[in-house]
Amino acid sequence: MNIVVCVKYVPDATADRSFDSSDSTVDREGVDGLLSELDEYAVEQALLAAEDGDGEVTVLTVGPADAADAVRKALQMGADKGVHVEDDDIAGSDAVATSLILAKALGTLEYDLVFFGMSSTDGTMGVVPTMVAERLGLPAVTYGSEITVDGSTVTVRRDGDVATETITATAPAVVSVTDQSGEPRYPSFKGIMAAKKKPVEDLTLSDLGIDASEVGLGAAWTKVLSFAPRPPRSAGEIVTDEGDGGTKLAEFLASKKFV
Amino acid sequence: MAYSTLSPEHEAFRKVVRDFAQAEVAPRVAQWDRDHHFPVDLVAKMGELGLFGLTAPEEYGGSGGDFTSLCVAIEELGRVDQSIGITLEAAVGLGINPILTFGNDAQKAQWLPDLVAGQALAGFGLTEPGAGSDAGATATKAVLADGEWVVDGAKQFITNSGSSITSVVTVTARTGVRDGGRPEISTIMIPSGTPGFVAEAAYDKLGWHISDTHPLSFTGCRVPEENLLGERGRGYAQFLATLDDGRIAIAALAVGCIEACLDLAREYALDRQTFGGPIGRKQGVAFQIADLAVAARAARALTYEAAAMKDAGVGGQELKQAASIAKLYATEQAVTATRIATQVFGGYGFMEEYPVARFYRDAKILEIGEGTSEVQRMLIARGLGLPVE
Repeated sequence: MNIVVCVKYVPDATADRSFDSSDSTVDREGVDGLLSELDEYAVEQALLAAEDGDGEVTVLTVGPADAADAVRKALQMGADKGVHVEDDDIAGSDAVATSLILAKALGTLEYDLVFFGMSSTDGTMGVVPTMVAERLGLPAVTYGSEITVDGSTVTVRRDGDVATETITATAPAVVSVTDQSGEPRYPSFKGIMAAKKKPVEDLTLSDLGIDASEVGLGAAWTKVLSFAPRPPRSAGEIVTDEGDGGTKLAEFLASKKFV
Repeated sequence: MAYSTLSPEHEAFRKVVRDFAQAEVAPRVAQWDRDHHFPVDLVAKMGELGLFGLTAPEEYGGSGGDFTSLCVAIEELGRVDQSIGITLEAAVGLGINPILTFGNDAQKAQWLPDLVAGQALAGFGLTEPGAGSDAGATATKAVLADGEWVVDGAKQFITNSGSSITSVVTVTARTGVRDGGRPEISTIMIPSGTPGFVAEAAYDKLGWHISDTHPLSFTGCRVPEENLLGERGRGYAQFLATLDDGRIAIAALAVGCIEACLDLAREYALDRQTFGGPIGRKQGVAFQIADLAVAARAARALTYEAAAMKDAGVGGQELKQAASIAKLYATEQAVTATRIATQVFGGYGFMEEYPVARFYRDAKILEIGEGTSEVQRMLIARGLGLPVE
């Protein structure tokens, strides 16, 4: 079974993140980047699914030069090879354009399953897996919290707020996984050293037959018009109990929709 | 990425161990310390991460990595907790390495896979009530009788020797007398559970509460003749070789301690408010924290220089000198760093609920274990050609 894992290089979610004031895109200069933590779960599931067979796990990313770090991390975890689509014209691409690039890149690869994390930790839209599946005409099973691969059948458990579904799909298919699917492994030192020798193919838009006008900030369907930092936390509200403390507490929780 | 004299792979590995320590060690370590609990489940996870096999060959499940990678792991674990750092250091340096270096193929095949996987631990029994660095005073005896070694004696301060997963301890023992009356010292492997071998109750230590440390006693303890590790009569040379590497590893553990003090003190100095501002605006506090940064960088440079020398195949007196210098400087600075950090914390630094108190207790042994500061100074001075007694 050959598996492609699509991953994203994102600003560290634990750092102070911001937008670039010139074009309202994510500021990648002022903060360290890394493989999106949510994508590590997808890499883990891909490695588990490929473990018993003779297939390969390919990690695919679209992003700037530094995004090679995200590919490398996945290779260190155990993926076999990488594909990195990098082109200056990609900067500012939205989910629609990203899905186009990924779908075209997947067209150059052999795969049975395509794994994604449930969403990125920066954009957090969670739509790219479905968009890629749509472009490729593949079944998509998203937000999987338990993944079982048996032959060419993938069985996915989806945990919703009110019900749990179990869905099967036949390869080729697209699967996105949640952070409940199983803790991703840490790269070992052996894995880190081995990753140095694993092949990474660099592709550009022209390699994929994509015109620059189809992607980038100019082609985005949505545009960030303005941004502002989150206001500092305000002081808490102290309620003096005058015999009705319980009622006031319940009212407060209700007003915040906790109860 | 910040500038580093280490390779990108070592720095990537540092990040992995740092993440591991934050996720697996940091949340639980205060409780383990209070309970004097040795976390066998964490040891297994460290094994899964490949930490015990960093420098072991792949045929035994290891990574075939270099000594620098081991120092990185010890430093990063030690930055979160010193007991966990020493558990790794002793497991590799004193448990695995003597078997790897001096063992025959059968001994390696029998013991190494589980040790490398973190499914078992091995101890190294050198120190005795009457013999430490003066190993010639070893009183433990082993007599060959009917194809078996019969071992009698006692060892003390032996790390990883009495845990539920300890599989074997390697002990030095007198196996005869040389010409001129000096004792013949050999090294013998004694599996856990051998009748007559008892790991006594764990020590009540000032620090390193999580580390598994026991006195060991051997009473008519019989093991097969083939449990001799390496050549008969080479025990003294074997343990000297074992300790040289250990000094660099202890220096790495001390670097982790200094860095922890720097991180904790800096954060607290920015956070703690007195007289309308953070205490870090006071020179008396800020300058001490500046000194911590200097100590951390200097200790780290000495440590990784010595590690790089070992990896480059530099040996002999040049490596011994570098190892002793790194060990002496880093460990003494670690003790100083814990004193500064607790002082920055004021009264809170004396409270067990703050990690600096644990580091304060844990640091002192660094100046003692694997050769005291006095022994290091003696060795360094001799290395300079001075006729020190």
